[in-house]
Amino acid sequence: MTWPLVATIVGATIAADVLQSVEMKRHGEIRDFRPGTLGRAVVALARRWPLILAVFFMAVSFFAFMTLLSVADLTFAVPATAATYVFETILARCYLKERVTWKRWAGAALVAGGVAMLAL
Amino acid sequence: MSAEGSRLVRKTSIAAAVVVLSNVAGNASLSRGLRGHGPAPGAGPLAYVAAFLDPWVAAGVCLLILWMLSRMALLSWADLSYVLPVTASGYVLTAIAGHFLLGEHLSATRWAGTVLIVAGVALVGVTDPLTKERKP
Repeated sequence: MTWPLVATIVGATIAADVLQSVEMKRHGEIRDFRPGTLGRAVVALARRWPLILAVFFMAVSFFAFMTLLSVADLTFAVPATAATYVFETILARCYLKERVTWKRWAGAALVAGGVAMLAL
Repeated sequence: MSAEGSRLVRKTSIAAAVVVLSNVAGNASLSRGLRGHGPAPGAGPLAYVAAFLDPWVAAGVCLLILWMLSRMALLSWADLSYVLPVTASGYVLTAIAGHFLLGEHLSATRWAGTVLIVAGVALVGVTDPLTKERKP
């Protein structure tokens, strides 16, 4: 049951992160961190359906993570779900059209390699 | 670097620190509360509600809400391909928290993996947080 839970977490996290990145960029940079302004920003963001969908996927990921933590070590559960790095960097390049420089590719590859070693 | 560039780098560093620390503390707290008596695979909704009554789980959920909000704020100005590796330093802190706070065993391979992650984070950390034109 461990690996299906990991796959659920990875799939849901990828969907949530890509949706969040698109919608937060569309909203624009948050510059004012006063509680009132932040509250208004949250209310405005809560009306965007892709962001609602992102929160839904985050919830799926969270409950699967809770279940995983009840049967596996923290030092296994967290690194094992980092397969998201590779997929999300590819999506950032192909779907979000971010300029992924060689340093970012190399950095993502090192992180993915390191995460794989943590999971051993 | 321009004043605007310096402002963005400083703001990004603070936000990334909040994202990483809230994630590590939240996960460690959840793990502490769920170990051995969390919801089993296939359990019904009541098992999850019961889990939330544990103070460690409740604290973990609050910290992870802070993590979610700070990460959303960070994504409002920084690239996803920047945020992902930079916040991966949380993996290192999670390994340390798992070892020292939760008593989990960490092999030499896991420590080596930790070093690789630090190298990856350092490499991405020197790139610009945003590579596309910013929305006015």
